[in-house]
Amino acid sequence: MDYISIFLEVGFWVATLRIATSLIFGTLGELVCERAGVLNLGIEGIMTLGAMGGWMWVYMGGGLWSAVLFVAFLGAMAGLVHSGFTVYLGLSQHVTGIALTMFASSISYFAFRMMLPDVTTPPKIDAFNNYAVPLLSDIPVVGEILFIQSPLTYLSLLMVAVVIYIMYKTPFGLAMRMVGENPIAAEAQGINVHLVRTISVMMGSSLMAIGGAFLTISAFDAFFFGMINGRGWICVALVIFASWEPKKALFGALLFAGIDAYQVRLQQVSGIDIPYQFFLMAPYVLSIIALTLLARKAVYPKALLIPFRRGERH
Amino acid sequence: MRLEVRTNVPLWAQGLAPVLAIFISLVLCSLLIIWAGKPVLESYALLVNGALGSSFALSETLTRATPLIFTGLAAAIAFKAKLWNIGGEGQLYVGAVVATVLGSGLVTLHPVLMIPFLVISGALAAGILLLIPTLLKNYLRVDEVVVTLLLNFIVLLFVNYLLEGPIQDPMSMGWPQGRPIIDEGQLMPIMERARLHLGFILALVAAIGCWVFMKFTLWGYEIRSVGLNPQAAKFSGINIHRTLIITALLSGGMAGIAGVSEVAGLKGYLTLDMSPGFGYAGIAVAMLAMLHPLGVIASAIFFAGIYVGADSMSQGMGIPSYIADVMVAVSILMVLISMLLVRYRIIRG
Repeated sequence: MDYISIFLEVGFWVATLRIATSLIFGTLGELVCERAGVLNLGIEGIMTLGAMGGWMWVYMGGGLWSAVLFVAFLGAMAGLVHSGFTVYLGLSQHVTGIALTMFASSISYFAFRMMLPDVTTPPKIDAFNNYAVPLLSDIPVVGEILFIQSPLTYLSLLMVAVVIYIMYKTPFGLAMRMVGENPIAAEAQGINVHLVRTISVMMGSSLMAIGGAFLTISAFDAFFFGMINGRGWICVALVIFASWEPKKALFGALLFAGIDAYQVRLQQVSGIDIPYQFFLMAPYVLSIIALTLLARKAVYPKALLIPFRRGERH
Repeated sequence: MRLEVRTNVPLWAQGLAPVLAIFISLVLCSLLIIWAGKPVLESYALLVNGALGSSFALSETLTRATPLIFTGLAAAIAFKAKLWNIGGEGQLYVGAVVATVLGSGLVTLHPVLMIPFLVISGALAAGILLLIPTLLKNYLRVDEVVVTLLLNFIVLLFVNYLLEGPIQDPMSMGWPQGRPIIDEGQLMPIMERARLHLGFILALVAAIGCWVFMKFTLWGYEIRSVGLNPQAAKFSGINIHRTLIITALLSGGMAGIAGVSEVAGLKGYLTLDMSPGFGYAGIAVAMLAMLHPLGVIASAIFFAGIYVGADSMSQGMGIPSYIADVMVAVSILMVLISMLLVRYRIIRG
């Protein structure tokens, strides 16, 4: 195996799509929050909550699809907490987000230990199987790559379309973009800024939680401590990389996942004598580089980080 | 609902607010104890006893508070300037790595020189690490929150590499642990039959030093001004870029000393699990202290007490020790609300 032939493997492309799935959910979720003007640094914790909640739901005997619904609900609740603090009370989005991450991760670990006090090796569940789309999956190469994937991968791609539709084609999407750009003007139009922001944060947080759940009920079949491992923070970087556009978020997540899948395979290329830790650093280093290259051009939603207080001018 | 500014808030109310916030946090977290099916008051009694009940328990709490004071100062200073340094964890490990590289035989000095040498080198290296996101913020407008967060993961992987190679202890039988700090570099114990070490005294000195720096020096004034209102600061002739660089060196430096102190004071050698999130907990410490350097001491001791006490509570009662992290997170949220309610009152409609 050498540097180039990795790209010729079907396995590489399949892995890219698989790795991208949780990033697509997470990045879309963060994007929805930020377009409404709320930075959600709770993402890392919400993904942990989703990973644990989804896994536990199935482990306790629940179905896989109902686990997705359950996790979306958990995410929405976490989003409600975030928005209670940052939207209604106007508290620091940075500090609240970090605190929410700490809270959601530690409560997930606590709950896991409560329900399974004595386990040393994480028990397994029957996770989602890959679903081969009839006919389409028979297409050589392309079919194998695109149409034999986890149902949640299809759902993530569908969500890109749904988010684009909601954001650009519905009145709610217009309101959402408006409260993220100019809340005073939005209010003058009779829009309830706080409510629109809250709904957006709750929707975004649901997507994040499903992104976390993908790891435990589809990609793997068990829950580990620290399994989100910075994926949430990478999504925050990807939102900036995508300049707050869902289409570009999909592209960013795929590119990023591709590099990650490539790095895993590159480790096995003979003749490369670099310690494996440096390969594992790649996603984080690349996120920083991507941010650096794009930061100057980044056009933030104008009201991002600014709490809206009725009757106050900014 | 809307918020209305309160005009006169008496000092006692300002002081009482965080105490009340902590009380409410404990009440909320008692739900977890109820979930575990254990008696709430007895569990909390075990917690308090485990943290303060004997001179040994107290010494353990102060030992645990030592790194938290440093990382709390790191967060307090950076947040004062609104430099969102969430990279305390990575900076801590950089300090610890530098202490291991320099302090495990490469340099041998008399302890009087050796200890300051390790502390300053560790602080400098960690400060330089925070300088990367700060310069990126200054000159390329890169968001420092994400970069500092991502750097934590990069540093941890790098430390992992170092511990499996360049700085691995040859006597560790393949275990990923660093070469031990030589005797001259060890922060000596300051209490008999306890693990409390010189690092605690250093932490107190650092907190007082930071307080003096922030309150009485021009640079400290500039840091506070930049945080309060960058436009006004710029207008009055403060060089914002330079101020943020000073903030970064000081903040990163504090987190770096936390690492030096843990390696050279408590453990004696570096491992990958040396810090159970001290860098992140520093944010909680700083928030509870309302970003006041002297308040950081009290708040670090408080959180250390929760961690140490929760350990003995979880052993005695069988409640998972993750409850300590939940308590810390809930207290940040409650303290945030209490700080808001001191300044505003909530009006319906």
